[in-house]
Amino acid sequence: MTSRINWFKYSSPASFYPLAGKLIPAFFAVASLLAVCGLYIGFFVAPTDAQQGEAYRIIFIHVPAAWMSMFLYVVMAFWAGMGLAFNTRLSSMMASAIAPTGALMTFIALWTGALWGKPMWGAWWVWDARLTSELILLFLYLGFMSLQAAIDDPRRADKAGAVIALVGAVNVPIIYFSVQWWNTLHQGASVSLTRNPSMAATMLAGMLIMALAIWIYSIAVVLMRVRSVILERERNSDWVQELTEQQS
Amino acid sequence: MNWGSVSEFLAMGGYAGYVWGSFGITAACLVLEILLLKARRREAVRRVG
Amino acid sequence: MKPPRLLDAWSAVVRRDLLSALRHRADLLTTLIFFVIVASLFPLGVGSDAALLRSIGPGVIWVAALLASILALARLFSGDYADGTLEQLALAPYSLTFLALGKIVAHWLATGLPLVIVAPLLGVQFDLNADALLVLMASLLLGTPTLSLIGAVGAALTLGVRGGGALLSLLILPLYVPVLIFGAGAVEASAAGLGAGAHLSLLGAFLLSALVFAPWATAVSLRIAVE
Repeated sequence: MTSRINWFKYSSPASFYPLAGKLIPAFFAVASLLAVCGLYIGFFVAPTDAQQGEAYRIIFIHVPAAWMSMFLYVVMAFWAGMGLAFNTRLSSMMASAIAPTGALMTFIALWTGALWGKPMWGAWWVWDARLTSELILLFLYLGFMSLQAAIDDPRRADKAGAVIALVGAVNVPIIYFSVQWWNTLHQGASVSLTRNPSMAATMLAGMLIMALAIWIYSIAVVLMRVRSVILERERNSDWVQELTEQQS
Repeated sequence: MNWGSVSEFLAMGGYAGYVWGSFGITAACLVLEILLLKARRREAVRRVG
Repeated sequence: MKPPRLLDAWSAVVRRDLLSALRHRADLLTTLIFFVIVASLFPLGVGSDAALLRSIGPGVIWVAALLASILALARLFSGDYADGTLEQLALAPYSLTFLALGKIVAHWLATGLPLVIVAPLLGVQFDLNADALLVLMASLLLGTPTLSLIGAVGAALTLGVRGGGALLSLLILPLYVPVLIFGAGAVEASAAGLGAGAHLSLLGAFLLSALVFAPWATAVSLRIAVE
C-alpha cells in the first residue's frame, strides 16, 4: 500500500492549492537563473551575425516566446479536454489560467517579430507564414478568453471553452498549412524569418536556455493565476474559509 | 567578449531601438503580468474574507 | 406505436427549418443584401481601376461571403433555443448529431446556396472572366457548406451568451481562414490561367472533414448549452 503512488492526490483544488503555493517561488528562482545564463550567452558569448548584425539578437526572445505560445495552447487544450472528459474542475481551472499567459507570449512573439522584421526587410509587418499563423493563434486565445468571460455559469464556461480550445487545436495544423501555402504563392521565397542556414552553436544554446527560462516562468505565473482562480471559484467551500481564518 | 565598451553594448551596432525595444517590451510585459496577478490574488483573498 | 425512423426524423427537421426559413424570407434577403453591399463597398473604397478590381475581386467576394455566413449563423439555433424546441431535440431518442446535421443542411440551403447563386453577379462587378466566374461558383458551392458546418459549432457554443454576434465572429473567423485561402485561391488561379483543380480538391477535403466532425462537435456544444 505504501509503495503505490496516489496520482490523484493533487487533483482536487484543496490539495493542489498549497502545493502550488510552495512551488511558485522555486520556479521563479530557477527561471531567473536560466534567464541570466541565457541572456549572458545571448549578448556576450554568441558572436555577431554576418548578415544581420546585432539585430539578430532579438531571436533570443522572439523564438522562445513563439515556441511557448504554441506549446501553451496545446497544454491549455489538453487540460480543457481533460476537464470536459472527466468532469474535473481543477483541469478546467488550469486551462483558464494558462490562456492569458499564452496570449501574452503570442503578443511578445508578434511584437518582437515586427521589431526584427523592420531592420531586416524594411517593413513592420511582413506576411510571412509564421507571423501570420501567430496572429491567428492570438485570435484563438482571445476567442477562448472572451467566450469564458461571456458565460456566467463557471461549469458551462469550462465546457464551452474546452470545445473551442479543442476545435482550435485540431485546426491549428490546417491553418498553418494553409497560410504556408498562401505565403509561398503570394510572395517569393526570398523573405523568410525562419530561414536560418546555419546557426552557431552558441546562438542555439542561448535560444534553448531562454526557451527553458520562459517555460519555467510560464509555469510559475500559471500556478499563481490558478491559485487565484481556485480562491475565486471555491470561496464558499470550507477549506477556503478555514484558510483565511488561519491567516488572519 | 563581443563589446569593447558599455556604449558599444548599448548601441547594438545601430540597432539599439529594435533590440532594446524588444527586450524592454518583453520585460515590461512579464513584470506587468506578475503585478496584475498579485493584484488579482489580493482581490480574491479580500473577497473570501 | 413505433417512433419514426431516424431518416424520417431527420427529414422532418430539415423540412421544418426550410418552411420556417420560407416564412421568414426577410431574414434570408437581408443576409443576401449584406453580401452584395459588402462586396460593392470595396470598389468604392479602393477605386474603380479594372486591373486592381480583378486582382482583389476573388478575395473580396469570398470575405463578403464569410461575413454574410457569420451573420446568418446567429439564427441557426437561437429560435429553437428560445422556444424550448432544442431541449426536445436533445431529449429525443435520435442521435443529436444527425438532427444537428439536419438543421445545418437546412440552414445552408436557405442562406449559403443563395450566396453561390448571386456571386457571379458580384464577380462581373470585379471584371472576372467567364472561367473565373464558374470557379467562383464552384469554390463557394464547396466552401459555404463548410462555413455552415464550422459555424454551427460556434453558434451552439454562444447560445444565449452575452456578446452574441461579435463573440461568434471572433471565435469562428480564424477557423474560416483555410477555406478563405483556398476558396479565393481557386478563383485567382483560374483567373491567372492556371488550374483550380488542386484548390477545389482541398476545399472538397475540408468539406468532407467538416461533415464528419462538425455535427458531432455541434451536438456536444448544444448539450452544453441546454443542460
